[in-house]
Order: sequence, then C-alpha cells, then structure tokens
Amino acid sequence: MTFDRKIEDAGLERGVSRLTPERIENTLKQVIEGEAGAKLKLYAETCMRCGMCSEACHYYMSHEGDPSYSPAGKVHQTLGKILRKNYKVTAEEIYEMAQIAYTECNLCRRCVHFCPLGIDTGYIMSMVRRMCHKLGVTPQYIQDTAHSHSATMNQMWLKDDEWPDTLQWQEDEARDEMPNLRIPLDKEGADIYYSVIAPEPKFRTQLIYQAAYIFNEAGVDFTMPTEPGWDNSDMCMFTGDFEMMGRLKKRHFESALDLKVKRIVMGECGHAFRSIYDQGNRWDAWEMYPIEVVHSVEFFWELFEAGKIKLREKFKEPITIHDPCNIIRGRGLMEQSRKLAHALCENVVEMTPNLEHNYCCAAGGGVINCGPPFKNVRMKGNKIKAEQLKATGVNTILAPCHNCHGGLEDLNHYYELGMDIKFFGDLIYELMEKPE
Amino acid sequence: MPDASTWDWNPGRREIQDTGSWSDKFEWVEEFHASPDGEKVGAVVHKSDLEFTACVNGETWEEDYDRIFYPKFAPDGRFTGVAQQMGEWTLSVDGKHWPENYGYIWKTTFGPEGSIICAVQNDMEYGMGVDGVLWENFFENANNFTAGNDGKSTAAVVQVKPMGQADIETFQKGIYSVAVNGTVWDDVFMNCYTPVFDAKCEKVACQVRKTLYDYTIAVDGKIWQREYQCVWAPCFNPATGALVAPVRLGGKWGMAQDEELIWNNTFANCWHQQFSADGSKLYAIVAPTFGSFTVAADGKPWSITAPVVIDLAVSPDGNRAAALGKDDKAYTVMCDGKVWSGVYEMAWKPVFSPDSSKVAAKVEKNGRYTVVLDGKPYGQDFDQCWEPVFSPDSSKVLIRAIDDGKFIRIVAEVSEF
Repeated sequence: MTFDRKIEDAGLERGVSRLTPERIENTLKQVIEGEAGAKLKLYAETCMRCGMCSEACHYYMSHEGDPSYSPAGKVHQTLGKILRKNYKVTAEEIYEMAQIAYTECNLCRRCVHFCPLGIDTGYIMSMVRRMCHKLGVTPQYIQDTAHSHSATMNQMWLKDDEWPDTLQWQEDEARDEMPNLRIPLDKEGADIYYSVIAPEPKFRTQLIYQAAYIFNEAGVDFTMPTEPGWDNSDMCMFTGDFEMMGRLKKRHFESALDLKVKRIVMGECGHAFRSIYDQGNRWDAWEMYPIEVVHSVEFFWELFEAGKIKLREKFKEPITIHDPCNIIRGRGLMEQSRKLAHALCENVVEMTPNLEHNYCCAAGGGVINCGPPFKNVRMKGNKIKAEQLKATGVNTILAPCHNCHGGLEDLNHYYELGMDIKFFGDLIYELMEKPE
Repeated sequence: MPDASTWDWNPGRREIQDTGSWSDKFEWVEEFHASPDGEKVGAVVHKSDLEFTACVNGETWEEDYDRIFYPKFAPDGRFTGVAQQMGEWTLSVDGKHWPENYGYIWKTTFGPEGSIICAVQNDMEYGMGVDGVLWENFFENANNFTAGNDGKSTAAVVQVKPMGQADIETFQKGIYSVAVNGTVWDDVFMNCYTPVFDAKCEKVACQVRKTLYDYTIAVDGKIWQREYQCVWAPCFNPATGALVAPVRLGGKWGMAQDEELIWNNTFANCWHQQFSADGSKLYAIVAPTFGSFTVAADGKPWSITAPVVIDLAVSPDGNRAAALGKDDKAYTVMCDGKVWSGVYEMAWKPVFSPDSSKVAAKVEKNGRYTVVLDGKPYGQDFDQCWEPVFSPDSSKVLIRAIDDGKFIRIVAEVSEF
C-alpha cells in the first residue's frame, strides 16, 4: 500500500524537519507502551483484515474503493506500520501518518458499527494523533487553534473582554425585537449555564441572539459567564494535546460549578460533547461530567414538551436531517432530534443511510480545522455524502452541529447542491410564536 | 478590611427593605446583592427606554447608564458596577463614576483597605488598574488577572511579542510573560497561567508551559529546573514563603514544593491546595483513584470520597477542613473526614467560625434556601439567601435573606441551629 497523495502543510513540514530517528523511536514507544492501555494493543492484535469496515468510511466510498482509505487500511499505514517496524519509522512516514490521522479520518466512529469485533478505529487514529503531537508533527491550522485554546481558553483567539462585549452587543441587538430581553451574566444559582463554542461570538453571533430570544420567550432561568471557560470546544482533544484538553475542561466545568448552576446547556455543537462527556472530563479524573451537560437538541425538545415553545407555523418545505456523529453515535439523540424535527417541520425526509449509520460530514474530528491545504481532501473524500444529500431531493438540511455545518456548506458549494443548511435554533427562532 | 465587630450583632430579625415593591417602581429588577453586613440590598434596575441605574435600599443612583454589569458590594458596603455611557465604560461606586472612561473594564475585585482593582482595555491594549490608576505599560493582550492581599499589587499574564495569523513558529518560541504592576518579567514563555502573590506581595509565581509537552513553575520569572507533564496553580506558604504546586509525573499527580515532591505522585488528580494560615498544614482536593475525589491533609486523603469534590475551605486555626461532595445532582458537605447527613440540590462553600469550632454553609433544598451549621439547618428557609457570616466571637451567625419579598438580616445564636 503506497502513499501517493502527500499534501504540503507548513506545520507538518516544520515538524518532520526536527525529527531524529531516536526521537521518533523513543516517542512512539513512550506513547504506546507508557500511555496507551490494553485497548490499543487489543485492537491492533485482533483486527482480522476482513474489510467489513471499508464501506463504513466515507473516504473509502468516495475514492472508488481505494483500500488505502478503508479504516483497516489507515490503521495498516499508521499504527500497524509502527508496530511492524518496531517503532523504527522514518520522518517521511510520520508525515504520511499525520496526514492520514489528522485529515483522512474524522474519528466519526461509523466503522465501529461495521466491525464484527467492535474495533474503534477512531480511537486508534486518536492515539496516532497523540504520537504525532508528541513528535511535534501537526497541521499548521489546527495547531494554531490549539495554541489559541492554550492562550485564551477559547479556539478563536478571543480576548477576555471581547466575549462579554459580544454578549452585550447581541443583547442590544435582540432588544430591538424583544425590549425586555436579557442575557444575564454571571447569575449565580441560575438553572442553566449556556455554553457555546468560540465560532459563535466570532462568526455566528446570530446563534447567540436566537438562543437568547428562545430562552427569554420560554422563561428559562439561564446565565452566561463573563470569564474564560465559556467555550466548551476542544481542538486540543483532536491534535492529541491531552494535557491542554484537561486544562480546558477544568476551566469549563469549574466556571459552571463556581456559578452554582444546575446544568450546562450547550449549543448545537457535536465535538464539544465528546470532550465533556468522554475524553476531557476523564483526563481530569472525573468519571462522568462533574455537572450535568445537556445538548441543545435535548433542551429544545424539553422546552417543547413542557409547552414553553409554541409555534406560529411549521416549516412547510421538505427538509432532511443530518445525524452528527458525536451526538447521535456518541449521545444517542436520534429520538429527540426526530421528535424535534417533526414538531417543527411538516415533511421530514430521512436520508439513506441515517441515524447511527449516517455518513459523516467529513469536517469533524478536527479535519476542517486543518485548514485550506486539506479542503480538497474533505471535498473529494466525501462525494458519497454529496450523493446522499442529493438523493433526498430536498432543498434544506437540518444539522445540529457546527462542524457539520461547515462541512456540509463546503460540500454544498463544491458539488453545487443548492441546499440550505439550518440549525434547530434557526428553525425554532423562525417559526415560534413571538409577542406582537 | 471592615471591622465586623462594629456590625449589629444583637440577636433577632430585622427587615431592611421591601424588595418586593421594587418591581412596581422599575420596568425590571436584576439580581439582588447583599452587603457583607446585611444592612444593604442592591440591584441593577431598568428604569425605562434602556436606561439603567442601581437601587440600594430603595434609593436609586442619580446617574443613569446605558448598561451596568458586574454589580458587587465592596467589603465596606459600597455598591459598585461597571457602567456604560455613550459606548465608553467606567466604574460607578455608590452612583459616582470614575472620571475616566475606558475601552472596557471588568473583573472588579477589592483590596482589604477598600481599593478597587479592575482589568482594563484601552485602545485595544490590555492591563490593570487600581482605583482608576492604570499600569504605565499596556499590552497586546492580558488575562489571568490577579491581585495581592495588600490591595495594591496586581499581576497578569501578558502578550509581549506580536504574532501573525497562524504563526505557530513564533508562538512556540514564546510570546507570553507575566507583568507585575505593569512591569514585565525578562523571560518569555509559551504559556503562563494563574500568577499568584506571596503573603508579603514581594514575589509572584505562576504555571509555565515551556514547550508543548513540558510544564513547570516560575517564580519572579525564574523557572524551576524540573519539568513535569502538567502542573496546576501554585501557592505560597504564608509563613515560610515556600512554593507548592500540584505536578503530574508518570501520569499521576503529586505535590511539589520548590521543585521536589512532598506528596508522592499517586493521585489521579490533585488541585486547589491551601495552606493553613500558619503555614503548618497543607490541604488539597485529590482523587486517590480515577473517578473518586476527597480532601487530603498533608498528603493523607480522607477515607470518604465523592465523584466530585469542590469548594475546599480550611479553618482559621488550620486544624480543620471542609468541602462539598457531589454525586450526580446531590450535594453534601464533607467536614473533617465525615459527611453531614443532609443532601442538597445545591450547596455553597463552607464557612468556618473565627475560632474554628463551627462550620456553616448556604444550601438549597426543594427550591428553598437556608443555612446549615454543623449539619443542622436553621429553622426557616427563604426565597433567597446569601452565604453566612459568623460574628467575631463565633457565637452568632448573620443570615442575609429575602423572605416573602422582604430583605432581612437575622442574627442567630449558634444554639438556634
């Protein structure tokens, strides 16, 4: 299996230029023997190369069955090679492994459902990324995002004042429509701590506006913090910088615990959920999140069930629903997302396949954060998703995840699908009863 | 620091203000805040047409603002808020705002003698100010703001070198340092976190990330010679000036003092350490095993554990400690290695009496709030209450609460619990 698709990236080039054979061998050995548990070895030893995982992967499906894109093929070219060569791999091979692990696997875990032994290739790729991080071989743009996390505790380089200032700006904007609207800051003892990811204050401020409007109309007792910790996102989890992942989650959870809130409600993000309930919390030795975290899909449905959101009308055009990996395979929100979609829309058209077998957006797992050099990897590597979307015959997609939005928007333009993509919050805000 | 002995400690209940009537006077009333002595209640209020002011004991400030946030009572009872007028920000103290305007100010804290400390952004540069007097040098960015216990000394992590977009090379060479009273350390680092002053405000220490993988501690800009997989916030021994910090080695956490381990690295986590006032004892929140937290005194964990432990408090004499345990949605109070019987929907950081003999905490049960002392609840619960304050002689507890629309202060004998 030869690797013939090297893409130039300043971060990867810089990283491998500093490697020595000794550093490579020592680092790989330290991670595999010192950090990784029995799970990694078990996976490596039990894979039968049956190929059942291949059709689970959108990259494989989009590349005419090229086995180098199959999950087992990607393991063969990364962890498998490391073990076969007894840690003695070259710097160039590390480059290839980094490119595969960071940009050709979204850690979406669809393949787990196809493996007769339940091997989690996403976990294996995470550990390959961990090794690459320890070697300093990470794509430039996602590494810059990790730097932002480390310096500001958010992924968009927002400075400490820019966050509350943005909330106050959105509060002002929303008061033109709802004069009594509030975004209560640092309200100790509120029921809900609303947390978002940094792209919301940076690029998608309308989502903060809409959430504030919905919460105010529904009478939700909520607060948002003024201090760092508000960003629940975590690209360090995806670069393999687990120490920084633990620091981010400590700050996030302690921000909520200090405000004595009952629950965290997180915006429509997928990967952050993985960080708060699985990886980040556990690095900090919390077995589960230290304070309950509810995804917006669950919370919106809760508000609907309680009769706190009333609709003026339903969305009439046919609409399809995309199942984000982290909240569907990770959290099991397929039922709530369907109830919510049907409550909002007259004609929900299911994709094929769907639910836990839905195809990935190809943006998640930090792949979109690897930036422009790898955009075509995502586009060509997800032709199958474009075909799946086109086959629905509808013009609108519901996608309750930021990364999915980014990925689907790019596919939409690249394959000229002409589709519109919405969050649940967009629809609720658009369709709900509003005071005169 | 205000002298609590001058407060009214006569036992009994006194109504301070009919807060319920405020809603008739204003379009809306934001969250209530109680002064430390319980003699005042204040809130940001919306008068009309997006004009805001503050109301304290029914009296509004003369000045109106476009917005007020970060409302806080100073320890001496002054009510403060960060206020916006015409797009500029200042601090209003009892209705009189500072003469200067700023691009943004926030994170108000108070010194023991009444000084007011803020983080400041002016012309997109960042620094700090004390009573409106700003650092001479401002920086491209600053965060992790802190103040010493003299109320004058301030420090923050600052960006001292410019960095272009996605310039990972420059970032990893180091662009951050710590500014103390506006004067920056000589050395730069990849990251710095949580600067902290010693008791005399003569030294500052912080967490440092030297490389992507190596963490250590810096004191006055000089780093420890030993590196760790990770570190958490350091703190100084108030008596000896020694510096301790949780450190991670071999995937486990221990406690280091001046570079060397004083608690072995056996914990799944270890953080939020606190010295006793005399510096003779060191407490911390630790996880002896994954998913199971408790308090350790001088490295020895209590036998009781909970999935989450927060809000560690050490008694003034240093012989006792208390914290909150949390299991799913249920909070308990852990004290001296035992768990109080009460289970609460929420609990606040325990408070020790000055003589260290008693512990009290604000708690929530069935949506109502009260104070629990040594495990026993006060005989009444409230719509809202604040954290308890002990009298200087430790015989009484001040309960500040809102009950049926009335802000009240109750001085209860400890025997009433």
